[in-house]
Amino acid sequence: MNIKPKQMHFSELEQSHSDWQQRYDTQIGQNKTIENRSGLEVKPLYSPLDWDSNQYTQDIGFPGEAPYTRGIYPTMHRGRTWTQRQLIGLGRPQDYNKRVIAMLKAGASAISLIPCNSGFRGIDCDEVPVPLLGTCGTVINTTHHMTDSLKDVNYENISTALNDPSPFTLFAFLLAAAKRRGIPISQISGTSNQSDYISHCVANHMFFRLSLSGGRRVLLDHIEYCAKHVPKWNPVSVVGQHMQQAGATPAEAMAFTLSTAIQFAEDCIARGMDPDDFLPRFTFFFDISISFFEEVAKFRAGRKIWTRLARDRFGAKDPRSWRFKFHGQTSGADLTMQQPLNNIARVGVQAMAGIFGGLQSLHTDSYDEAITTPSEETAKIAIATQNILREEAHLCDVIDPLGGSYYVEKMTNQMEEEIVAIIERIDKAGGMYAAVEAGIVQRDIGLSAMRFQDKLESGEQPLVGVNCYKGEDSWASPPSYRPDKVKMQKFVDDFLQFKSSRDQSSVDKALDNLAHAAKSDNENTFEKVVEAAQAEVTHGEIIACLRREMGAGEPVIIA
Amino acid sequence: MTDNNFTYPPRVLVTKIGLDGHDRGSRIVAAYLRDAGMEVIYTPPWQAIDAVVNLALQEDIDVIGLSSLATDHLIAPDLMESLSKADLGHIKVIIGGIIPANEHAMLENAGISQIFEPGAGREEIVESVSRLAAAARGGKQQFEEVSL
Repeated sequence: MNIKPKQMHFSELEQSHSDWQQRYDTQIGQNKTIENRSGLEVKPLYSPLDWDSNQYTQDIGFPGEAPYTRGIYPTMHRGRTWTQRQLIGLGRPQDYNKRVIAMLKAGASAISLIPCNSGFRGIDCDEVPVPLLGTCGTVINTTHHMTDSLKDVNYENISTALNDPSPFTLFAFLLAAAKRRGIPISQISGTSNQSDYISHCVANHMFFRLSLSGGRRVLLDHIEYCAKHVPKWNPVSVVGQHMQQAGATPAEAMAFTLSTAIQFAEDCIARGMDPDDFLPRFTFFFDISISFFEEVAKFRAGRKIWTRLARDRFGAKDPRSWRFKFHGQTSGADLTMQQPLNNIARVGVQAMAGIFGGLQSLHTDSYDEAITTPSEETAKIAIATQNILREEAHLCDVIDPLGGSYYVEKMTNQMEEEIVAIIERIDKAGGMYAAVEAGIVQRDIGLSAMRFQDKLESGEQPLVGVNCYKGEDSWASPPSYRPDKVKMQKFVDDFLQFKSSRDQSSVDKALDNLAHAAKSDNENTFEKVVEAAQAEVTHGEIIACLRREMGAGEPVIIA
Repeated sequence: MTDNNFTYPPRVLVTKIGLDGHDRGSRIVAAYLRDAGMEVIYTPPWQAIDAVVNLALQEDIDVIGLSSLATDHLIAPDLMESLSKADLGHIKVIIGGIIPANEHAMLENAGISQIFEPGAGREEIVESVSRLAAAARGGKQQFEEVSL
């Protein structure tokens, strides 16, 4: 080993370490090997022997300085804490509106909209059994639905995340609604969250609408459109969250996400775009599990790798292109239906991992996440958890407070090696699209999910209230959210009425233009989606039109 | 595998109806049943009810396992009705996933044989499916004798 700390002679250090090791081995008895979720061995102790502090400048550096291991901004959470962005979606637009206003009053600083599952599937509310409408997201099929959902919300001043990938109809509805309100679209800020089509193809299979190639084309059109017309909007959020929720390890989720980002960036470059024109608007979205130190290391490693990719692989020169900006969501897969109030403690630990990981934006799950769409009360506890962590716990006093921990630095390096190795494997398979089409990513995620499940079954991974500490008390189950069926039926009836009262010729024209753009090689399809939204064309009509032109996708499922 | 005497392994259809795509659980359950020696037919999510009924008929299914993580179980009674109309009432249907306690009775009344909540283990699932498959075979035989 060639590490030579200045204050202590190396031989002395090695001798002390060996003395400790002997005492440890004598006293520990049965010494079992511990691995983190990514399969990396975790030792009982880390010391200067594990970390070459001479590498500090090159490998770690200072916040706001490449490779951004300690954070992407010089001031990090000392200057500005993270955006408190709660994912909200329920019922009808007016139900969403009521909840959003309550959450903003409770401390949320940005909004996020999740559509109804019918919207995920690319169909309108009139094509779905009423009991399934609005149970897990808000039904938004038209521009006027968007207008209703954002009534009295100053979205010209706060950022909006729309969880809606290709063809980004919700974003088109937002732009049309803004125009009607007289807000210049150049003022609109926010993110096309979950804009990453690949993540939907390999995990969870939500938002599954167009063929992979169709989704790819519209994504690029949308990136170009935003750069030109909506410069404050982040058109890309590359998503690792779905993959980790579906079972990918933290290292796999980070690697697959970066491999996806490589593909998107290289697609943009192939279109002739300058990396420094689009990379500053790339964002990422990750799951934060309860494997605390591993998650912190995952995010620190992710920043380092992205810096090198942006700078060295894509040739970006502007440091803004190198900064790895991410939103984190506490992991719902770690939460339990059993003893649901315990989830508040889990979410607190997950959120801290994200904060120490240096996130820019955070969603904390409600304690009833494993059971239902949150109630207003449980959603307020989730935002209060963020308020407490930010205001009371002194977590933001010091930037990257775990940096310099022998363990965290060593684990950051190990995670980095693991992630880079997976990225290289995907590169060899021909990139993320080819790997997904061959089912490689799906298989890896499935195997990791099974390995974790086996650990839960055997009790090797304890889960309080599920495989240990089950107790005998009966815990009250939070009520499940079910929209009022009568009101929902009326909403569908109103929608049908609205459709028949539209100016059909402008609807037909907008759809013709959209189909024409999809057929052509050089027209911007997203521009036509925006025009369609202005002409009152519905979500389902826009997607049906693009499906005809670009094909519908089927997931590749590897059991 | 089980105490039941099968001349051929239980035939199980693992599927999702409705709108949701989360399939981590259904893939794991499908693997459990396959590892236990059963014949498992696995479909992508979002199956139409008619498609499930047709598949169950063509594949001579004993047990249908539905996965529901986002309220799709609310239309499970429609599947039960369609199975019965197609003279497939002998098929046993089970549901696994997020099923709130206050909706269990509705599903049981519609004829759902068993509900598995998060935390259900491999052994419990395999044992139940095996027992239900035997019951479905018995029911089918009886039905065919009556029909003849």
